[in-house]
Amino acid sequence: MAEVLVVVENGVKKVTLEMLTIARGLGDVSAVVFGEADTAKLGEYGASKVYAASGDDVDGYLVAPKAAVLADLVREKQPAAVLLASTQEGKEIAGRLAVKLDNGLLTDAVEVAADGTATQVVFAGSGIVKSKVTRGLPIVTIRPNSVTPSPSPVDAAVSSIEVNVADSDKLTKVVERVVEQKGSRPELTEAGIVVSGGRGVGNADNFKLVEELADLLGGAVGASRAAVDSGFYPHQFQVGQTGKTVSPQLYVALGISGAIQHRAGMQTSKTIVAVNKDAEAPIFELADYGVVGDLFKVVPQAADEIRKRK
Amino acid sequence: MNIVVLVKQVPDSGAERTLSPSDNTVERASANNVINEMDEYAIEEALKIKEEHGGEVTVLTMGPAGATESIRKALSMGPDKAVHISDDALHGSCAVATSKVLAEALKTLNADLIIAGAESTDGRVQVMPHMLAERLGIAALTGARKLTVDGSQLTVERQTDEGYEVVTAATPAVVSVWDTINEPRYPSFKGIMAAKKKPVQALALADLGISSDEVGTAGATSAVVEFSKRPPRSAGTKVTDEGDGGAQLVAYLATEKFV
Repeated sequence: MAEVLVVVENGVKKVTLEMLTIARGLGDVSAVVFGEADTAKLGEYGASKVYAASGDDVDGYLVAPKAAVLADLVREKQPAAVLLASTQEGKEIAGRLAVKLDNGLLTDAVEVAADGTATQVVFAGSGIVKSKVTRGLPIVTIRPNSVTPSPSPVDAAVSSIEVNVADSDKLTKVVERVVEQKGSRPELTEAGIVVSGGRGVGNADNFKLVEELADLLGGAVGASRAAVDSGFYPHQFQVGQTGKTVSPQLYVALGISGAIQHRAGMQTSKTIVAVNKDAEAPIFELADYGVVGDLFKVVPQAADEIRKRK
Repeated sequence: MNIVVLVKQVPDSGAERTLSPSDNTVERASANNVINEMDEYAIEEALKIKEEHGGEVTVLTMGPAGATESIRKALSMGPDKAVHISDDALHGSCAVATSKVLAEALKTLNADLIIAGAESTDGRVQVMPHMLAERLGIAALTGARKLTVDGSQLTVERQTDEGYEVVTAATPAVVSVWDTINEPRYPSFKGIMAAKKKPVQALALADLGISSDEVGTAGATSAVVEFSKRPPRSAGTKVTDEGDGGAQLVAYLATEKFV
């Protein structure tokens, strides 16, 4: 069986394990690691080879060097497919790789069949598309929370790969990486539970209520565009058409009306619950369980109830 | 500074969207077609830079004849002129082919700075700025929530999941912007009237030296093999809080094994 390359950036995340799980259905799995990664974990999920690329030429510049390293590797190994995470950076690397190889690419796949056909959820979660790359090998980016990762332990053989990066790939320098908010909460797109607040939360200070419920449930915090535009919560937590797309097991919408802009980012969630004082809010049309009421009464009571049960 | 803004016409994301049953391309004929929302932020950023540093702003669009409407709307915000690449053979072009066409057009425009929205609301693929940078051999600074221009030096705060990255490059470069970067202006009445007289240059494939089999459905590097509607979600239980709404909510979460 041919190799399948799984691109690992910024450490092993949940989506990495999902990619490894999908890749096992396509061929022999090799991980390509940029920077540091837990190679034992990669082996545990079926990567029999790990190609490691590191150094300033990879880290110090935006995206382009990674695509250059990958293109060289693809030319050398002739893999059956390349999988990347459907993150901003994953997609950008995929785009450059596709141009370098004059090859097709598919983004935001939630499933990849053995023949390389990818399933994508499109148009704000209203349609499902099956697509194929018709020129070259399948280059596919995988959306987080698409499959349940399953282990398949092998010993991962690690080898360093040479990084040959041209000056033309070093045009955009990364001067600084700033971590603004990093708590113990899971990453938004990877979280199994997401608790989001909307305009109804009222102000930035009240978002503590949203955070409290998220922490009690072990979930991530999200926000609607209305809440972000009003300055209640930072943009990187925005869920919706112009923000992140999430697909958790449980989505809790607090004070969110459920405009199409928001639904676009969350309606493939497995279970949706909502609290809103407006009984006619569109969010109730898609909620599995809805409470019509004042979130400032309902949420603290729910929080107390969860504490009691713990 | 010579600035080119990439503007895409897309079906309104607030309405129902679908693929055309005949060839599985985005259905545009029956859709309400509008400027891709994120592109309005790109236009605003270009205008702000022009106001501060001087220069010229050109809108570049690839799209069918009907995209003229979005081009005029874009021009009404204040750009100086537009270039519209339109050719029947482009129908069904994939991202790879689209980047080839846009790159060839950009070569004729000698831009110092190319600004795009971070993604379009129809495809949400996010690859075009880097594809163009790759083809043109210039820098890409993508996902900007802040852009600073100092002579030929560009500094961008790039939004990331954890916070942001500060990235720098010299012009010429491609920058893509998120909707956090500014607040787009509304076209004034004067702007709307002026837009009708602004030059819109038409380009066909032949003008760019690209043959029709490199683009469109014929030259696509990927294809949709099947499209289906996802069944809409249906409403579940709805209760009205009468003092125990929070407890009821948690009881539901418990039956679903979330607590």
